[in-house]
Amino acid sequence: MRVPYSWLTTYAQVADDADPLRLANALTEAGLQVERIEDPSRNIDGPVVVGQVLDFVAEPQKNGKTIRWCQVDVGQSNPPGQPSRGIVCGADNFAVGDFVPVVLPGTVLPGGFQIAARKTYGHVSDGMICAEDELGLGTDHAGIIVFAPGEGVHPGADALELLGAKDPVYEIDVTPDEGYCLSVRGLAREAAQITGSVFTDPYSTPLPEPVDQGYPVVLESPDCQVFVAISVSGLNPDAVSPAWMVRRLKAVGIRSISLAVDVTNYVMVESGQPLHAYDAARLNGPIRVRKARASEHLVTLDHVDRALSPDDLLITDDSGPIGLAGVMGGLTTELTDDTTQILLEAAWFSPASVGRTYRRHHLPSEASRRFERAVDTSVAFAAARRAAELLRDLGSATILDAITVVGQPQPMPSLTLNDVQVPSRILGIELSDDTIAQTLRASGIQVDVASDGAWTLTPPTWRPDLVHAYDYVEEVGRKIGLSAIQPRVPTAPAGAGYTREQRARRAVIEAVAQAGFVEVIPLPFMAGADLDRMGLPGDDPRRAVVRIANPLSEAQPYLRTSLLPGLLAAINRNTSRSLTDLALFECGSVFRAGEPGALIMPDVRHRPGPDDIERLFSSLPIQPRHLAVVLTGDWRAASPLANAEPATWVHAVYAALTAAAALGVTLVRRPAQVMPWHPGRCADLGVVRDGQFVSVGWAGELHPQVVEDWTLPKRACAMELDLDALIELAPPTGQIRELSAHPATKQDVAVVVDTTVSAADLQAALVAGAGPLLESITLFDIFTGDQIGTTKKSMAYALVFRATDRTLTEAEASQARDQAVAEAARRCGAVLRA
Amino acid sequence: MVDNDKIEALVTQAAVAFSQAEANGSLDELAQARAAHTGKDSPLRAMQRTLGGLSNEDRRLVGSQIQTGLKQMESVLAGAEDRLRARDLQARLVRETVDVTADIQLHPVGAVHPLTGLIHRMCDVFVAMGWQVAEGPEAEAEWLNFDALNFTADHPARFMSDTLFLDPPENHRLLRTHTSPVQMRALLSRSLPVYVVAPGKVYRADEYDATHLPVFHQIEGLAVDKGLSMADLKGTLDHLARAMFGSQVRTRLRPHYFPFTEPSAEMDLLCFVCHGASATDPSKPCRTCKSQGWIEWGGCGVVNPAVLRAAGVDSNVYSGFAFGMGVDRTVMFRNNASDLRDFVEADVRFSRQLEGVAR
Repeated sequence: MRVPYSWLTTYAQVADDADPLRLANALTEAGLQVERIEDPSRNIDGPVVVGQVLDFVAEPQKNGKTIRWCQVDVGQSNPPGQPSRGIVCGADNFAVGDFVPVVLPGTVLPGGFQIAARKTYGHVSDGMICAEDELGLGTDHAGIIVFAPGEGVHPGADALELLGAKDPVYEIDVTPDEGYCLSVRGLAREAAQITGSVFTDPYSTPLPEPVDQGYPVVLESPDCQVFVAISVSGLNPDAVSPAWMVRRLKAVGIRSISLAVDVTNYVMVESGQPLHAYDAARLNGPIRVRKARASEHLVTLDHVDRALSPDDLLITDDSGPIGLAGVMGGLTTELTDDTTQILLEAAWFSPASVGRTYRRHHLPSEASRRFERAVDTSVAFAAARRAAELLRDLGSATILDAITVVGQPQPMPSLTLNDVQVPSRILGIELSDDTIAQTLRASGIQVDVASDGAWTLTPPTWRPDLVHAYDYVEEVGRKIGLSAIQPRVPTAPAGAGYTREQRARRAVIEAVAQAGFVEVIPLPFMAGADLDRMGLPGDDPRRAVVRIANPLSEAQPYLRTSLLPGLLAAINRNTSRSLTDLALFECGSVFRAGEPGALIMPDVRHRPGPDDIERLFSSLPIQPRHLAVVLTGDWRAASPLANAEPATWVHAVYAALTAAAALGVTLVRRPAQVMPWHPGRCADLGVVRDGQFVSVGWAGELHPQVVEDWTLPKRACAMELDLDALIELAPPTGQIRELSAHPATKQDVAVVVDTTVSAADLQAALVAGAGPLLESITLFDIFTGDQIGTTKKSMAYALVFRATDRTLTEAEASQARDQAVAEAARRCGAVLRA
Repeated sequence: MVDNDKIEALVTQAAVAFSQAEANGSLDELAQARAAHTGKDSPLRAMQRTLGGLSNEDRRLVGSQIQTGLKQMESVLAGAEDRLRARDLQARLVRETVDVTADIQLHPVGAVHPLTGLIHRMCDVFVAMGWQVAEGPEAEAEWLNFDALNFTADHPARFMSDTLFLDPPENHRLLRTHTSPVQMRALLSRSLPVYVVAPGKVYRADEYDATHLPVFHQIEGLAVDKGLSMADLKGTLDHLARAMFGSQVRTRLRPHYFPFTEPSAEMDLLCFVCHGASATDPSKPCRTCKSQGWIEWGGCGVVNPAVLRAAGVDSNVYSGFAFGMGVDRTVMFRNNASDLRDFVEADVRFSRQLEGVAR
């Protein structure tokens, strides 16, 4: 809501020395945030005066332009003894006798543009005649400003004053509960109350009892509760809106159309009551306010033929629909240049009905915005009457005595407050009963004190937002000022910190970052084609996508089922910025389609039952948190100490091992063939639980086709695992075992197996065979070569044996080693290497 | 009879040999000289072997003289050896000197995202006050996101122009527009009193530019207990503000409107750049706060009794407060980030800028 300071202070009589900045701050602290103060005169340093063009000569120039050499009378600002100033002007939208704004030499315009008497086109131009944009008052540069003759328009007058440039304009963010502040009246009332000054209500005339002497009106829908119709006749069609009205309307963002339309807009802004003006000569029969019927149409003022919904509230006459109630009038009864008889409508329409209709027809307007936030139920007559008076005073119209008032507003709902200290208790400010009552009364609330001390509170007709006790608490808080609250830190029950899952997740994130991976948080949307480019088969679980009904971009209509599309796109972005050595990770939710069907919407007036709560919590897409990494380029760049180390599948696995280590989980791997990974370089990552391998994700080098389809650097690698699942599989509180002080015995062993035998299987066999004396086993070499055959490999292990109760003999260690090899032979066909 | 002069001559010879070896800087040569002069084939040892033929008296005398000679030799030898070893060590230390200023990198430099770092930090502040961290899903029930939080059925926030719905929208599932549904989850699943914070991702059908993201992060707070008021809210948020921005930070509560709180307020911070001066001095415009003097940090208020009712909490006994701040915005204020798009564009340089406790 925009409001000029002068308009606001017409009704809120703030002190003479009041400062627009201080008032703005006071409004903001009372919940009416002044987001901006527009004050163009601040940017103009020096005089801009009204000049009357006495004469000019049009002089064509060699460059094709025609300039005007003007003699302009600027009153007391004329050079001594001269009747005018000579000024060169490039515009031609003015005539001799017109009044124009003249910037005098010495004045600095917005942008530091200094005006001086200077020689141009063969004359000394002693000032500048200017356009709107040059003064910083708008963007119009089509021609210079020409003042309509009228009060205060004379040579030498302050042009900025006339242009309204010296009147700061507030731009106020009015919250949805303060619909009454979408009016000068409402804002002035608030401004007066919070500054302790006098408020004069220009719309205090109450709504009269119903009367049907004027134009016949019938209400046929409860969505219209009040309808006031006042007629005027004999309007002078040539009458124009006065400059002050045009200026104020412009300041609030409304364009001047004609006197009658301007008057309805002016009164709407001032009172908050939208009005509609019908050409009375074009009405046919009684006005009926009713819902639309099937297949009805209406051509609205914007010349659009609209198919109406049975939910639309209409203004109709015998010809059919003539307006969308509270939203936009119809074309057939529009005012014309010849209109002399006008029917003014001021009505109360249901906020919800207007809201639905304007949205359905995409017709937000100044009127619908106000109706939607609930207009004062009792201001209709006062507003219509004021509009009629303005038409009388400014357009020589006659106000017809016979008026129509149909309907009566619902009485405002009262609230009984047994504990009148609720505001003190909830605000945390100690307030006396008197202070609370006074504050509420100052807001127009009726406070009736019963003999038992309870209060009955009745809000004024412009405050439909005051319903519940806490609404009144807020009203007290806004008016007392929240700065009166003395802060206090509440004491929560003794806590136990983060949950196990939260600690685990944080440990994983910190560990993976410490290991060298950089966390990124890309947007969690993806395209269907992303899954194709990952090479996922049709039955892959990652194809169970959740679609967004109204995606931000139709190119990415799905929630991600994997973190990889976002991370692969991140590689592309970094690569495009010449960042090619990448180790990125993300920890975030993925989404898999879950329960189909409509979800319940329980009654909010009580707690849902246990089954409903369960349904609300669980009938959602499956949303596990995943951890994923991608790698390209060098893991470690070349340095004086070492050659570069390219990022390989090893580092992808390393990320998983790092995460597992942070959780105390032993991760086991087995070869896997899963897209988007290279079938020969992909590890299935899992945890052995109750002897079963439980897979949680994969790591390895990406499939060459995927690398090509995503235009990734070659040999890009990736890892993705279900972090929630991994945390679930993590061991509980660990146990500390007694340490053996006896020396260890080391034995190296090399066995030959088929190349298809996995290191993990072989090692598992050796461990199982070696028995409890084995303390550690380390694979230190893999050898392949003709000596052992092309389908074989030699695996060399360092075994460390130790007993808890004695020093092992070489014989004991050797026996355990032989048992290890025997088990490896049994399970994997291993042969001790000679 | 052995002449003591002869022993002394042998000692002198040995000392010369040892000195020579030391001068040559050779521990090997010293070892050879030692063997030659004190070893079992040395003249002195040979002399020792002849003692058996002497009288007891002479044997004692000469034996003692030989022992003295040997000791003198060992003493000279030890000195030479110590000096030689020290010299060797010195040479080795010089030889092994490296340039410790050369760049080293054992593995790449990783980093958590500034948002993750700040969320951890904010949660720490609340956990230290005894609060718990609550979580909820990003794809959420419409009822929990809106209805239970006192949004009317036709509230504009539910429009497809503002909120992302899962397909089909009539199934009442959406991408949560704020972390507030976690409030309702907490009230429906925990016993009172409740003190929880809920950080997480939220979604809006918003534009994508330097100051708007369609996906961003919030941290939500909810306290429901007996006797809580706006004073508790202000105290809690002041504490968080000091933890985030330092003890010099100044805050204010500015009345506002939210469906799920009543009274509602915005928590403002005094502008870090102009310190409020721009609001009263037109000659000092401020871009950071748009000359408001204050920066909006987050919304808050007393939990609307309608919300408590939907969770089955008796608002005659319990009251509470709630708040929600943008984590992204907080990073902007704390760390001078200027373009929100950097938060989601995954450029490694962005995340790497904030290291360790400098987050």
